[in-house]
Amino acid sequence: MALFGSLGEKLNHVFSKITKRGTLTELEIKNALREIKLVLLEADVNYMVVKDFIKSVEQKATGERVMKSLTPGQQIIKIVNEELTTLMGSTNSKLIVSSKPPTIIMMCGLQGAGKTTMCGKLAKMLKKQGKKPLLVACDIYRPAAISQLKTVGKSVDTDVYEEGNNKPQKIASNAIKYAEKKGYDTVIIDTAGRLQINEELMNELIDIKKIVNPTEILLTVDSMIGQESVNVANTFNEKLDITGVILTKLDGDTRGGAALSIRAVTGKPIKFCGVGEKMDDIEPFYPDRMASRILDMGDVLSLIEKAQENITEEEAKKLEKKLKENSFTLDDYLIQFEQLKKMGNISDILAMIPGSNKLKLSANAIDEKQLAKNKSIILSMTPKERQDPDIIKGSQKRRIASGSGTSIQDVNILLKQFYQSKDLMKQFNGKRKGGFRLPF
Amino acid sequence: MGIFSKFFGALKKTKEIISKKISQIFVGELDDEFYEELEFVLVSSDISIEASSEIVENVKKLAKKEKIKTEEDFKKLLRKAMISILDIENRPTEYPLLYTIVGVNGVGKTTAIGKLAHYFKQNKKNVLLVAGDTFRAAASEQLTEWSKRAKVRIVKYNEGVDPGAVVFDGINSAIAKKDDVVLIDTAGRLHNKVGLMEELKKIAKIVAKEWNGNSENLLVIDATTGQNALTQVEMFNEILPLSGIILTKLDGSSKGGVVFAIAKKYGIPIKYVGVGEGLEDLEPFNAEDFVQNII
Repeated sequence: MALFGSLGEKLNHVFSKITKRGTLTELEIKNALREIKLVLLEADVNYMVVKDFIKSVEQKATGERVMKSLTPGQQIIKIVNEELTTLMGSTNSKLIVSSKPPTIIMMCGLQGAGKTTMCGKLAKMLKKQGKKPLLVACDIYRPAAISQLKTVGKSVDTDVYEEGNNKPQKIASNAIKYAEKKGYDTVIIDTAGRLQINEELMNELIDIKKIVNPTEILLTVDSMIGQESVNVANTFNEKLDITGVILTKLDGDTRGGAALSIRAVTGKPIKFCGVGEKMDDIEPFYPDRMASRILDMGDVLSLIEKAQENITEEEAKKLEKKLKENSFTLDDYLIQFEQLKKMGNISDILAMIPGSNKLKLSANAIDEKQLAKNKSIILSMTPKERQDPDIIKGSQKRRIASGSGTSIQDVNILLKQFYQSKDLMKQFNGKRKGGFRLPF
Repeated sequence: MGIFSKFFGALKKTKEIISKKISQIFVGELDDEFYEELEFVLVSSDISIEASSEIVENVKKLAKKEKIKTEEDFKKLLRKAMISILDIENRPTEYPLLYTIVGVNGVGKTTAIGKLAHYFKQNKKNVLLVAGDTFRAAASEQLTEWSKRAKVRIVKYNEGVDPGAVVFDGINSAIAKKDDVVLIDTAGRLHNKVGLMEELKKIAKIVAKEWNGNSENLLVIDATTGQNALTQVEMFNEILPLSGIILTKLDGSSKGGVVFAIAKKYGIPIKYVGVGEGLEDLEPFNAEDFVQNII
């Protein structure tokens, strides 16, 4: 996830200035804090939240302990890290399951936040966990909203309950009865997007809440939202006492200030995030991991989980064997590209690697286009060349380049990368014994 | 003025908040502390730090020069400084006209197109809608609904069809029927998705090849968006040069302050603004009215 990347990058820049110093004057600390303030504001963290945050860091940072410590810069980073983690909460909050089925999840939020899509993603996730969800179409206002939910429902193989343009309160109540009768264990209610200041529509939500008594009321928020995030979250929370938040569109390069702000003002956990356009693109939100991602300490746990989800044990074992025998070929390299692609956006994955910000491994450096190019280069080689790339010399390179529509230079780069990866994997192999190995 | 009276209602809350905040910090003495607070007030309206600093610097100089004493005079000055940032010349509207409407998911592209269709129709133009969003579930149905409301023609295909084909047929249909305005809807896409951005390039190529009239690319931005809007402008602008912004959903308590940042950094003008969900709720942008109504 590149989301917090640029925020982390900027904070690192601020930090790099202070970590080099042996001692820090009060003025230097003040300047560093001002820069942190600007970085957070630019990341769309709400200005009130920023004010509080800076104040509490300042209190801790200007104390004796920091001034007298040998590495005041490091101390400040530690304090900022601790404060960020406190602000974000520390553990992942799971979906509450009602002891008496069905579990009722009510979705709410502004227009265009991505509620309907998120309903589908939740349904798919629940299905994977062996649940039997039902989607309920209560957005009777937006043109074609019902058919959008139906299409989404079809794509995740989940039934959709609808009553056309009947009153949403009625639809919701009938849907629950229907779910009880037909044995659905989870009901996901899609509601119309609305502005938090639209009283009439907010009252409609309050009505629905009273009627169906939801297990979860999840506020869906577009992660690109600006300073308004706080007003939105506050009002929805005041009126509905929400149980959690879902952040959508985190696959954009938003700096994610909304996550910080919403958590800070409502105290409600962020439970999930949407990270892509496919129905599988939903992830549990881990606040502690996110906080360290902001500070570019990487998110190795998420990375490994992602790898495990998408790469079968068999594939991993095979690769391990190859590494041991030192018989890793370009064919295997090609398979790795495919696996990488399965794991999702390359830049997202890179963001999880500790220190990747500092390495400036940006999305541009290794983007999907590059991947496709590499793939076509390998596919333009003969099977023999793929098994034994050492035999690729000048004339072969020329042939491969023209066959794949690339240049000799591209072929050279790919081969160099291949040898580097091979070396790198050898090192990995040597260091770690047993367990899962990172495939690259 | 139609919509700006509507704005006045919609933005009243916003105006009160900003105005009140300024009143709170305005105590006669215009010192550094005051200006720092002012910058904070502006930043809290999603006006970027860069744009806020410029506004504050300009106001500071003028206030000193003109020896401003009262709150009202000060606000006047502030308005002037803000307007001067937004005052970028718009391209003249010449017919036949084609708009390719782009933006990230959920900003209200389809709704904005419905309203634009109505707007041009009211101005006695023949309008054609092209349902180029073949990706999102039920997107073309949504656009069809708007075409019915605005009583204009639409060219559409089934979900999953190559949007390039829809655009090609749409443009040729518009040429054959001598339509004045062609509005192309495109799938919402996050600006960092290479594949989808490539698709936009393809659409732009088809437009360039098939369409001889006036053609513009407009980016739709949700008024609640924060500084990420800048990245959106940058990435879309790289793929197809943007000639304007449509600012939607101004009816919240959000101020759309990010347009100041966009104007400042990229010099791209705001072309239209939308409030509400009704057909009538969209009009050409006017910097003076806009600023007047937020401060």
